[in-house]
Amino acid sequence: MTKSDVTRRGVLKSGAMVGAGVALPTIFTASSAAAYTNEPTGSSVTLGFNVPQTGPYADEGADELRAYELAVEHLNGGGDGGMMNTFSSKALKGNGILGKKVEFVTGDTQTKSDAARASAKSMIEKDGAVMITGGSSSGVAVAVQALCQEAGVIFMAGLTHSNDTTGKDKRANGFRHFFNSYMSGAALAPILAKNYGNDRKAYHLTADYNWGYTTEEAVRTSTEAMGWETVAAVKTPLTATDFSSYIAPVLQSGADVLVLNHYGGNMVNSLTNAVQFGLRDKLVNNKNFEIVVPLYSRLMAKGAGANVKGIYGSTNWHWSLQDEGSKAFVKSFGTKYGFPPSQAAHTCYVQALLYADACERAGTFNPCGVAEALEGFEFDGMGNGKTLYRADDHQCFKDVLVVRGKENPTSEFDLLEIVEVTPVSQVTYDASIFGGDLGTCNNGA
Amino acid sequence: MFGLEKKDTSLLLIVAVLTMFAPFILNPFPTDSALAQFNAGYPDLMQRFVIFGIFAIGFNILFGLTGYLSFGHAAFLGVGSYAAVWMFKLIGMNVLPAILLAIIVSGLFSVIIGYVSLRRSGIYFSILTLAFAQMSFALAYSVLTPITGGETGLQLALDDPRILGVSQTAEGNIPVPSLFGLEMRSTAELVVGPWEFVFNVGYYTSALFMLASFYLAIRIFRSPFGMMLRAVKSNQQRMNYTGLNTRPYTLAAFVISGMYAGLAGGLMASMDPLAGAERMQWTASGEVVLMTILGGAGTLIGPVLGAGFIKYFENIFSKINDNVLHGWFAFLPDGMEDFVVFIIHPFIGKGWHLTLGILFMMVVIFLPGGLVEGGQRISSWVRGRKSEDKAKGKTEPAE
Repeated sequence: MTKSDVTRRGVLKSGAMVGAGVALPTIFTASSAAAYTNEPTGSSVTLGFNVPQTGPYADEGADELRAYELAVEHLNGGGDGGMMNTFSSKALKGNGILGKKVEFVTGDTQTKSDAARASAKSMIEKDGAVMITGGSSSGVAVAVQALCQEAGVIFMAGLTHSNDTTGKDKRANGFRHFFNSYMSGAALAPILAKNYGNDRKAYHLTADYNWGYTTEEAVRTSTEAMGWETVAAVKTPLTATDFSSYIAPVLQSGADVLVLNHYGGNMVNSLTNAVQFGLRDKLVNNKNFEIVVPLYSRLMAKGAGANVKGIYGSTNWHWSLQDEGSKAFVKSFGTKYGFPPSQAAHTCYVQALLYADACERAGTFNPCGVAEALEGFEFDGMGNGKTLYRADDHQCFKDVLVVRGKENPTSEFDLLEIVEVTPVSQVTYDASIFGGDLGTCNNGA
Repeated sequence: MFGLEKKDTSLLLIVAVLTMFAPFILNPFPTDSALAQFNAGYPDLMQRFVIFGIFAIGFNILFGLTGYLSFGHAAFLGVGSYAAVWMFKLIGMNVLPAILLAIIVSGLFSVIIGYVSLRRSGIYFSILTLAFAQMSFALAYSVLTPITGGETGLQLALDDPRILGVSQTAEGNIPVPSLFGLEMRSTAELVVGPWEFVFNVGYYTSALFMLASFYLAIRIFRSPFGMMLRAVKSNQQRMNYTGLNTRPYTLAAFVISGMYAGLAGGLMASMDPLAGAERMQWTASGEVVLMTILGGAGTLIGPVLGAGFIKYFENIFSKINDNVLHGWFAFLPDGMEDFVVFIIHPFIGKGWHLTLGILFMMVVIFLPGGLVEGGQRISSWVRGRKSEDKAKGKTEPAE
């Protein structure tokens, strides 16, 4: 080390350097004159598909990406048009969006809020994406939604089931087509009462994170309203793979129904454990012991195999639906990829089409114009019957499917059967019950 | 200059020039060309480069100098982020108080964890820090949800108090982090022919912090204190036998490096006001270890290079998809095109981990000193034999 030799020249030099460094960002203050973030000026428009390609929900992410690619193909006039033919709004013409060819960039959310935001940011800052969509967990959806609000682009949520996405953490630039925990609870409860009676004792196992809490609360509230009693609600770590130690106390508790507020791999493992423990063969309080899984997906049913037989749950959409929209979507997805789409694929495909349609109807890509076109928009022919994008919280309201694991599946995709389509009126709630504030639309200008 | 030796001064100046001109250096390809995919000169990634640079510099003070391999450093980054976001929620959107609190809180946190973990060394120390970090992660993810926001992360809301600022802007949005009114996200663009360069306030703020921490790291490396830490690395037992209590030194190094991580966390929250629990997960702790080893543990510049390298792969390679590949190889005949895309496919998009892993293995096998050793080999090869002693390059390893 040398002694510090402060010379006049040295001070001047370093002063100039620091000055230049500080001044640099302010020299070019003329920010671009675009009316809103990433206004598409060329002959194409870029959408950002931000899905989990690695991590626990990579399967869902891969299916989402397939759906997006199909949607882009249909928007650009390729393929058989899929749901564009059954969609009640006829604004889309198959020539891209507002005459601009649809291009897309993809990114990996890794199912981590940080990585998802980094990926979304690079799409917005580098690739000029005017809309971000996708994701397979509520944590990511909420994080990316807040980012899009700040940046001034539209966010069309993918698979996210927590009440918070359009509740406590809702944002003016964010929209969700998927249903939520509250709706699951409201749709399931009457079916459960009908099949299992009004005097059941329920035991909850809940994944120890935000989605688990809201789902447990929703199911609990709606089943208790019918007269069920909640014996206990135990939180399980998200990383748990063996649930036997959580299953054993269930029988001693005197409960006769087990509710598994688990998703993905958690649910596959806990359900398998519960069935292996022979819970379903037990008689408690002179009633058959039953298991309920509030949120079902085909990919989960596949993982749990024969264990799902006869178990009730709810789902956003299922490929075996027989309306025109679902049939058209299953047909074009099946033709392209050789197997039926999952509910994640469905919601993402629909979100992409809804966004494109809103741009067409608004006549602009300006997020505020698009948001206005989506708010209060009523549509049909997208597989869930009549649907409303509620203006108060940007949540879609549509029928909810109650499903049951099929006793005699005919193929590896035919695992769930639809028990009932719960009408939308039964799952609608007041927008204010979850708190939160939409704020105002931000177009980044 | 600045009380540094000539060699270190020039290293500092080189780093300063590189960071100041990063928007040019990282955007070498015209915006419309096919190679623009490899441009890294957009604000978010540049910010990540310097912020993870700070994180890795701090980690290197502990690992490179004392040889203590902490496997839970991400916990300090996470704690710093949470502290900063809470400042944004309660005090106001100025980044300075947020960063200050982030450093203080992570410093205190590292005193506690360091005090316990440093009672053991070697693998036991690594396991202890890993356990503490996983504990913090698990707490942040579930039990402490009211403080940390749990899975969804800690976010700003429209009804936060922000006593020294406004709860919401006139347009009804959440205000953005700023430095005395200079918004972190504000960006100026410079268009030169087909090239486009962006200059972002947040990036330059982080870059200045990075230069300051780099300078501090040089001073620590060259100080008697740094010498003591190196002695701990080479033979701690002998130090103890000579009657010297090494624990205060290692604890000081641990806390300093924890505060560096806190600074990085605070800056991360300032660039993007959200703190998620994943920041504390063991994979994040492992990442900084990779960065340091990849760049060259114990060298000054190595960790910064390693951080840039990993972040580049994570953000650039993960975004290349089959469509992009088909675009590149469209000139080939159809069958050939599909074949080439098929071959490259596993290494891009979701396969970026694989590419990074292969490169990491190659570096560890062929360049045990990390990227810095690669640079040294190249420079000595260029300069030839005659100046071999001088050609040791701009940095030297700790041992």
